[in-house]
Amino acid sequence: MSIMDYNGGSVVAMVGKDCVAIASDLRLGNQALGVSSNFQKIFPITDRIYLGLPGLATDVTTLKERFRFRVNMYTIKEEREIEPETFAHLVSSTLYEHRFGPYFCEPVMAGISKTPSGGIKPFIAATDLIGCLNFAKDFVVAGTASEKLFGVAEGLWEPDLEPEDLFETISQTIMNAVDRDAYSGWGCIVHVITKDKITTRTLKGRMD
Amino acid sequence: MAFVLPPRSAHAVGQQQQFNPYAENGGTILAIAGANFSVIAGDTRQSEGYNVQTRYAPKVFRLTDKAVLATNGFSADGNMFVKKVRQRLEWYRHAHAKDMSLPAIARLIQSMLYQRRFFPYYVYNILGGIEDDGSGTVYSFDPVGSYERETCRAAGAASSLVQPFLDNQIYFKNQSSAPGSPHPTHLPLSRVLPLVIDSFTSATERHIEVGDGLEIYVVLAKGSPLQGLETVHGITELTSGPNGERMFVIRRNLKRD
Repeated sequence: MSIMDYNGGSVVAMVGKDCVAIASDLRLGNQALGVSSNFQKIFPITDRIYLGLPGLATDVTTLKERFRFRVNMYTIKEEREIEPETFAHLVSSTLYEHRFGPYFCEPVMAGISKTPSGGIKPFIAATDLIGCLNFAKDFVVAGTASEKLFGVAEGLWEPDLEPEDLFETISQTIMNAVDRDAYSGWGCIVHVITKDKITTRTLKGRMD
Repeated sequence: MAFVLPPRSAHAVGQQQQFNPYAENGGTILAIAGANFSVIAGDTRQSEGYNVQTRYAPKVFRLTDKAVLATNGFSADGNMFVKKVRQRLEWYRHAHAKDMSLPAIARLIQSMLYQRRFFPYYVYNILGGIEDDGSGTVYSFDPVGSYERETCRAAGAASSLVQPFLDNQIYFKNQSSAPGSPHPTHLPLSRVLPLVIDSFTSATERHIEVGDGLEIYVVLAKGSPLQGLETVHGITELTSGPNGERMFVIRRNLKRD
């Protein structure tokens, strides 16, 4: 049994038309034993960046605090908010610092970045546990249900989804994926990020 | 003495090479039952590790005029198992002058698999076809013969990618129906065929052991309409005689990378 699967949990992020969405399950387990049905693994980093941290729960908590510290330091020094691309590289280098004794988490991030011309660009990225970045144009997945998430997302996702349709797509993806995974589930949470609004919904799922 | 072999080290004692009688040959199979038809599909890539052995190795087999068997896992075992099932079906025809019914084939497969309980055929089987009452049917098996009749099932390398997609699209899991119009228990062939093709293109995209070619067998119950099959490209009819079940195979290309 891998240490990555010790507590269970899964995260997925998707790109839409001028919007992004990120979703996770709410389970915390001790191997097959369910412990909590309200374990948050998605955290707001700025007004328009969200970070999902599936993996070993103790490292989820540690990394969340570490990124809070590093983003605060960045904000103070630079006197501006961090951009999603910059944050992705911050995540990557933080994890790679522990190349030979890693944190057992695979971060997934979603945000909206500003283009030089004043426009906006949806942004998603994921890394492995030592910080290898994956900037996908469609969707990224991580966690114990990652194979199932890949299968459903590949079947349901399409380009340029409006926020409401993106919400439906990511919700159906995570719900049906975690229902086939014993280590994920016990409810889901979905965040849809647009230019000027963030919608957060908690989904009622199967509790078995 | 110049050339004296050193004594065998303690580590070497008890070391021996062992013959492994099994291999895993990748690929994925899938079957969906309709009200009056059954669809049984599989990709045609056969691999061992990262090596593609062949781009065309069928793993979906016609057993009778109304029964199709898909096998996945260790292909040598799969081919031998199909050969033995066909032999038993032929003996049944000689003894009873008719084809075996689907529930009977399913039970036969269970006993043939369980006979090898302690040296199993390393194969997941899915049996599809038409029951005696004219309904479409799917039976899925594990390698030692545990089986169940279902509406749909995926097995093999990409089963974990495909099955949750099917839960959503065939069983309408996590979808609430509009008041007064419950979800249908069986989908029409015009919905099922695109779902099968989408499942395999998705699996091909994300799984290295799936790809090259796709074979979709369609079995239609006695006297049921073609339901749009006449316009499907790449289709071949395999029906053996008039006034019976009709059988078709659709061959498509999948990505080869």
